Amino acid sequence: MEFFKQFAVPNPTPTIYLSMVAIGLTLIAVLAGITYFKKWGYLWREWLTTVDHKRIGIMYLISALLMLFRGGVDALMMRAQTSRPGNELLSAAEYNEIFTTHGVVMIFFMAMAFITALMNFAVPLQIGARDVAYPRLNALSFWLYFMGAMLFNISFVIGGSPSSGWTSYFPLAGNQLSEHVGTNYYMIALQIAGLGTLITGINFIVTIFKMRAKGMTLMKMPLFTWSALITNLLIVFAFPVLTVALAMGTMDRLFGTHFFTIDNGGMAMLWANFFWVWGHPEVYILVLPAFGIYSEVISTFSKRNLYGYTSMVVAIVVISTLAFLVWVHHFFTMGQGAFVNSIFSITTMAIAIPTGIKIFNWLFTMWKGKIQFTVPMLYSIGFIPIFTIGGVTGVMLGIASADYQYHNTMFLVAHFHLVIIPGVVFAMIAGMTYWWPKMFGFMLNERIGRWAFWNIAIGTCLAFFPMFIAGLDGQARRMYTYSEVAGFGVWNLLSFFGGLGLAMGFILIVYNVYYSARYASRDIGDDPWDARTLEWATRTPVPEYNFAVEPEVNTREPFWDSKYEGEKLFKEKITDIHMPNNSGQPFIMSSFFFVLGFGLVFSLWLLVYIAAAGIAVLLFYRSFEKDDGRHIHEEDVRETEREMGGDTR
Amino acid sequence: MRELFPAKQVVGFIASLVLTVIALLVYFIDMSFQLGMIILLLTAFTQAGLQLVVFMHAGESPDSDSIYVNTYYGIFIALAIVFGSLLAMVWGY
Repeated sequence: MEFFKQFAVPNPTPTIYLSMVAIGLTLIAVLAGITYFKKWGYLWREWLTTVDHKRIGIMYLISALLMLFRGGVDALMMRAQTSRPGNELLSAAEYNEIFTTHGVVMIFFMAMAFITALMNFAVPLQIGARDVAYPRLNALSFWLYFMGAMLFNISFVIGGSPSSGWTSYFPLAGNQLSEHVGTNYYMIALQIAGLGTLITGINFIVTIFKMRAKGMTLMKMPLFTWSALITNLLIVFAFPVLTVALAMGTMDRLFGTHFFTIDNGGMAMLWANFFWVWGHPEVYILVLPAFGIYSEVISTFSKRNLYGYTSMVVAIVVISTLAFLVWVHHFFTMGQGAFVNSIFSITTMAIAIPTGIKIFNWLFTMWKGKIQFTVPMLYSIGFIPIFTIGGVTGVMLGIASADYQYHNTMFLVAHFHLVIIPGVVFAMIAGMTYWWPKMFGFMLNERIGRWAFWNIAIGTCLAFFPMFIAGLDGQARRMYTYSEVAGFGVWNLLSFFGGLGLAMGFILIVYNVYYSARYASRDIGDDPWDARTLEWATRTPVPEYNFAVEPEVNTREPFWDSKYEGEKLFKEKITDIHMPNNSGQPFIMSSFFFVLGFGLVFSLWLLVYIAAAGIAVLLFYRSFEKDDGRHIHEEDVRETEREMGGDTR
Repeated sequence: MRELFPAKQVVGFIASLVLTVIALLVYFIDMSFQLGMIILLLTAFTQAGLQLVVFMHAGESPDSDSIYVNTYYGIFIALAIVFGSLLAMVWGY
């Protein structure tokens, strides 16, 4: 019995017990359902072992949406708790766990997964490739991310969630002040998911450098691919810092080292430093793909080529370099001198310049364009004013001396949500709606989509604008309650209503998926948006080999020019196509990582040794495995093409 | 004969041996901690560059440009992180 005590949550409430029951029942229902409908074989063959970038993209998408709802419910609970003064819906400890989980889930498991989903799906298609450079590593990336996310998510029913903020600052996150295993979950789950992200980074850099269609020079790539390239470079250069910091934090917690302790020569603030050396580039890892999506969407629905392509590329590259030079602005108040703060204040403000260039380029693209107000375009247009407000308040926060007033208040919370929601969430929904017909073969309903957009846009403004005022009035972030005399009540109540609006919007998106899956027309052709880039030049839904014939391009908008300027995309004859084999190894190896992580969280060393041995065996096996892939024969390709479009070239 | 003799590789090999010997001297010769660290840092980075260019053929593939640009970018970022952290946590604190 003593053994099982360590798995108990530190401050149990009826809601947690209810969640345990709910999780248990859902799990049983899912497993029973799969067995009843005899879907195990299908699941294993088509999804768990797949190395197809499109399917991996879709799995990322589903996981990201699930995590969006997990994080969203956390957000609603926080807003409900603070909606009136002295509320007792949640205890202080629960509130700490919830805001920590909200941050981690939204950044690592929602936003990162969402950008990876869209990069996985769209980038190989945009550059005319048949898959990514390392398809099996791509599957490993996904499953590592997935297992990391699951490990983090079980924390709130087994052992307790982390409660020291998504930034997990030491010494608060150290053993003395966070005794229960929550922070172990944080350190290890992020380490596992981060490994997946790093592998994705390498994979996509190689894919984009080496696998572009004939004639597609770097300066002819679509902007989403450009942003994906730079994002993955940022991943490769920024994530190792997080890896090292997490490893040091893990050692502090599990093995009694003193990297981030107060005593014995430790340096607690070094964690904050490392965290933000990674954390600020991370902001751009999230936002650059979003900029890429906006560039595609705005150009498609303005029926114009993108204004200032070269300056867009230069702006992305400049942002990616400046991203590494600003991290100290996250802790201006930590005590370093005015000289250091001035340096980082100036680099911070400099980032506004390339970002401004991009905003103006989008506006000029719409200028004299024939604008169609489709759902993706609505999100792109809604993004510009809201993001600009978020950005301008960011410049306010970047003024080091003034930051002493804003630091750790709701003003900051308002700022970064007004950057991240239009900068990432709007873009991801826009991208999802835009590429949805390519993924699933039907379009999402425009009418419901517009309702969802207005709910989300107005909800965002209503939820976060009041926080500026509450923050300037002195409400600190992460406070679970406040007294009535403080006068924050009205602002927090408004904010809660905004949160409900956001929730309504996301429910409408889910309803839209259901409604469109049921009623939308399947007869939409290959190019429902009249788009401009290569991913629309193939069939809908995309066959596993992507392109029957590899395209050749001469211009920046090859598909548009092939439709209207008479350029020829596909010049060769159909031949045998070489494709990679499916493999169960990524899934199995990641499952071992899950066990390894669980063992480390609770210091169950036997489990750790077994899982580590399993991983080592699989790595060894893979090193000597001979796998030459398979061929899809010419006749089969012709047959598929005939079924899908009639033109066999 | 000149075409057949891999002069670059031989010189590279000898240079890497020499660099190793110099680094080893830090252990065998009595010198101050600072001097030793400087010698180790210099020889280590020269060695890494040598391996990358001569033996890993960084400059010989068609994408040597992107390889070098990425390497310089990496060096820049590493320096920014190391010296930025020192600035924020030690020198400017």
